[in-house]
Amino acid sequence: MWKQWITAIRATVVLSLLTGLLYPALVTGLARVLFPRQAGGSLITVNGKVAGSELIGQKFTRQEYFRGRPSAAGDGYDAANSGGSNLGPTSRKLIERVQADAAAFRRENPDFHGPIPADLLTASASGLDPHISPASAEAQAARVARARRAPEEQVRRLIAARTEGRQLGFLGEPRVNVLLLNMDLDRAWPANRPR
Amino acid sequence: MTANGWLQIAVFFLVILALTKPLGIFMEKLFEGRGTRLDPLLRPIERGIYRFCGIREDREQRWTEYAISLLVFSAVTLLVTYLIQRLQGWLPLNPQGLGTAHAAQGAAAMTPDLAFNTAVSFTTNTNWQSYVPETTMSYLTQMLALATHNFFSAAAGIAVAIALVRGFARHSAEAIGNFWVDLVRATVYVLLPLSVAGALLLVSQGVIQNFHGYTAATTLEGGAQTIAQGPVASQEAVKMLGTNGGGFFNANSAHPFENPTPLSNLLETLFIFLIPAGLTYTFGRMVKDTRQGWALFAAMSVLFFAGVLVTYASEQAGNPMLAGLGVQSQASASQPGGNMEGKEARFGIPASALFAVVTTDASCGAVNSMHDSFTPLGGLVPLINIELGEVIFGGVGAGLYGMLMFAILAVFIAGLMVGRTPEYLGKKIEQKEVKMVMLAVLTLAASILLFSGAGAIIQFAKNSWVNPPGPAVANLNNGGPHGLSEILYAYSSGTGNNGSAFAGLNANTPWFNTTIAVAMWVGRFLMIIPLLAVAGSLARKKVVPASAGTLPTHGSLFVGLLVAVVVIVGALTFFPALALGPLVEHLLMQQHKLFSMVMFGWWS
Repeated sequence: MWKQWITAIRATVVLSLLTGLLYPALVTGLARVLFPRQAGGSLITVNGKVAGSELIGQKFTRQEYFRGRPSAAGDGYDAANSGGSNLGPTSRKLIERVQADAAAFRRENPDFHGPIPADLLTASASGLDPHISPASAEAQAARVARARRAPEEQVRRLIAARTEGRQLGFLGEPRVNVLLLNMDLDRAWPANRPR
Repeated sequence: MTANGWLQIAVFFLVILALTKPLGIFMEKLFEGRGTRLDPLLRPIERGIYRFCGIREDREQRWTEYAISLLVFSAVTLLVTYLIQRLQGWLPLNPQGLGTAHAAQGAAAMTPDLAFNTAVSFTTNTNWQSYVPETTMSYLTQMLALATHNFFSAAAGIAVAIALVRGFARHSAEAIGNFWVDLVRATVYVLLPLSVAGALLLVSQGVIQNFHGYTAATTLEGGAQTIAQGPVASQEAVKMLGTNGGGFFNANSAHPFENPTPLSNLLETLFIFLIPAGLTYTFGRMVKDTRQGWALFAAMSVLFFAGVLVTYASEQAGNPMLAGLGVQSQASASQPGGNMEGKEARFGIPASALFAVVTTDASCGAVNSMHDSFTPLGGLVPLINIELGEVIFGGVGAGLYGMLMFAILAVFIAGLMVGRTPEYLGKKIEQKEVKMVMLAVLTLAASILLFSGAGAIIQFAKNSWVNPPGPAVANLNNGGPHGLSEILYAYSSGTGNNGSAFAGLNANTPWFNTTIAVAMWVGRFLMIIPLLAVAGSLARKKVVPASAGTLPTHGSLFVGLLVAVVVIVGALTFFPALALGPLVEHLLMQQHKLFSMVMFGWWS
């Protein structure tokens, strides 16, 4: 019996070193050589300053930018505190939130008619979802164009260029990266960039 | 539901089907000690470990010694994990200073009950998380205290399954293998190589792997955003392959740094089923009749597709109350429709529904969407999957030994119907085996239902330190029947060693941390020990030659019987509780009934 404890302690030491230190160190080394950008978080730098990550959504509130999805991470898109709303389908809080957001959306986008795409009114699982559906981007195109004093046609062309199809043709959903799309807007109409 | 959605599900299943045989053969050779193709590379490491630990490779153990080795190893690693968590403030690789006086604002405390709950959680392959990792756990804690268990608890699960299969495969034998050898082989030959390859595939998709401090970013609108970093990919790969499920981040596999693309999502979903599916073939090879393995595979597949169908259909149908508010609920080419609350845009409905079913078929518990926000029937399936014992492919090892437990029960029931002594794989199933199996079944059910019942009614006094004063249901995030589902899910997930959650429940209080820890311990070891006893008892028996009266256990009749036994045992045990939770919520949702969190005024 005593011998079992000695074996257990030794096995814990050697297997912990192997799987808890050597293994992550090996993966880190290989990742840094093979995929340095991805391993570091796919960061975007603007003028030498980190402006965010391509994979992590940001909070957008201004009319001149496309909005992302509602976020339950911290006080919205807190990338050090991820999470969803965890509201169930019969939660009064959920229904009232969607109702309020839907009303606000229709107020800000008077040119949009018809049902609002579901992803635009529902909180993502991570609270950091970088994407919206193409329909959700289209629904905001008229508003953004007006705020930017830009032709709507050109804004829609930016959306089309930023729309990613299903991966390998069948995986996941078509989507638009909101941060990258908004950076496209700033590049296309730098003068109308909000300050 | 869309054709493309079903295509994703079909591709997932076909890849698993294709990998089952090669991986199954590899594991059979490995655990029977017949040498593998990886020997030139890994055999020296394996031998080095034996030498260091004083393990005699050729010395086998009786079931009691095998069980004691497992328990002792679990106890030692449990203690180490507890200590590392409590001491993380003094240890290196902690750029955020978590657990120290100069931790960033918003950092959470590592209390004794939280450290205990987490240590039990990872030791038992549950990976229930009462904490928010990015504000609680240092990089060293994640790697050395938590991810190590992703290897150990998975390897131990494989070891137990292999030992049980040896019980069927051997006759007139005392020993069922050597726990230490099985543990080391599962770690070094199966989990490590797959994890290295898997981690690199994930990094290629954008999963991060670094030791940087959190990145400070200035957003496009000029706001500040702190972006959590860390050695994620190495943990992510083994988290899925070992059916552990403990996320590096709070949002788990929904977090873009854990699961950035639809392809990484498919890989992670595949990793969950890979080893459990392979083990069904290993089983067939070891008992010298691969049809027996495919029979289990078939039964698992039937239950898998039933679950996917229900969850996918319910999630795509969505919430009628949102449709009433002018929200698009139909899918189209440019938007997903359905119930997108708690789901990621890149995955959409089918990949989220598939993941939720797979992660609870297996005892994984990783999530790429928030189960708490699923429609009542969509969330019912994960809950039932866990309560059926996670035998649909199941946890690594745990799925196979769980399904073999039901197979014993199935032949026993068939034997009762025709009045013959039941046999399975040439072994007479007698009183002892059935008693042990029933002990496991009843203990798990009791743990889930008694703890959930207590959680639903218990009240805490004004000066209570184990939970905020007032009723425990005040810890919930949802009222009405959904609240009951949250409690039921918590103890089902704990007992079933799953680890996913209806995460609205605030479980980080001494009361929930301790009771869920007990549920996890019961669910792990009061299943494993009886089954090792069965293994020991079976190994000792002689083989009975098959006769005209023997029920063949490789045909569709047996598959049907096995599926029925799994469903009936689960339904008889849990239907009343489920009726009060998700089933009634479904009916109320159709009538547009809403619930607030009930506030009891007297203690606040």
